[in-house]
Amino acid sequence: MSSIRRTLEGSVLRDIALTCLAVLFIGLSYGAIAVASGFPLWVPAAQSVLVLAGASEFLFIGIVAAGGNPFAAALAGLLVNSRHLPYGLALPPGVTGRGWRRVFGTHLMNDESVVFALAQEDLPRKRAAYWACGIGVLICWPGGAVLGALIGSAVHDTNAFGLDAMFPAVILALIVPQLREWLTMRAALAGAAVALIATPFLPAGLPVLLALVAVFLLLRDREPAESAGGREPSGAEPRSDHQPQAAP
Amino acid sequence: MKDTTLVVAGMATLAAGTYAFRLSGQLLRARISFPPRATKLLEGAAVILLAALVATTALTQGHGFSGVARPVGVLVGGVLAWRKAPFLVVVIAAAGVTAGLRLLGVP
Repeated sequence: MSSIRRTLEGSVLRDIALTCLAVLFIGLSYGAIAVASGFPLWVPAAQSVLVLAGASEFLFIGIVAAGGNPFAAALAGLLVNSRHLPYGLALPPGVTGRGWRRVFGTHLMNDESVVFALAQEDLPRKRAAYWACGIGVLICWPGGAVLGALIGSAVHDTNAFGLDAMFPAVILALIVPQLREWLTMRAALAGAAVALIATPFLPAGLPVLLALVAVFLLLRDREPAESAGGREPSGAEPRSDHQPQAAP
Repeated sequence: MKDTTLVVAGMATLAAGTYAFRLSGQLLRARISFPPRATKLLEGAAVILLAALVATTALTQGHGFSGVARPVGVLVGGVLAWRKAPFLVVVIAAAGVTAGLRLLGVP
């Protein structure tokens, strides 16, 4: 922890702490919803530690509670979680740790820890941000889930408190810095539109993956710069300059 | 809960499969060396996935529309985030606006 404090700026640490606090609140709603759906406390408790990926756990609980087969629910959850594969591709080697630490570090990979890692400039900071956020989420997500399950009997209608708006708001707030780059914004909007259009027709989880077709929008803009004649390095330069500004 | 054994098996499948996804992306990356442009592209791809996740979780419920209250709350949170409001303000505003709209009878 002390090395994390030395490596990261205070503002980044504060943002990570606030993110974890928000995760705790989402965990509260998750635990409460799970208990309200008729699951015993140990289901959200075990899942929040072992799966550690919020959206898929909500989905699993929802499908099983609606009478769905648990394996079908697991497959739907895996579809949602398949985005962790491109996350692993996007993280520079060494961020999740090396050797035995990596076995544990890999488990800490989630939406929040990946976004914070990618927003940092160099490898030590990326690694520090990844681990700080990852461990924070590992504490706050299950902690919130258990707490939510305990008070779940008291609060029946979590939607009345707007808790379902928290998860998308958290993720949106985390990607806003990257969205300030128009190229990324355009591709993200197109991907979101594709996912929305596909939602009525495809099983849960697939629409989000289908959004990846918008990746080609990230490519197009750079082709003219290349054909302008061997200016590829200078063409890439301004883009990397934008990155530090984009840090939250 | 219907069948505890079946639910536990489903949970184990989800947990093991998710870990496999987390690991395999990294293993693939270690085998191939990526040029910086491809790295930027992969980061962009992750943002696209997250944006799609935001859109679907904000606007849809199951295979249908989620109602107005939730996306409006998320939109308010997004505007606040764009204007660099503190993170907790963004999240609480999103939940607060959604709760407020529902209190007024907006679905």
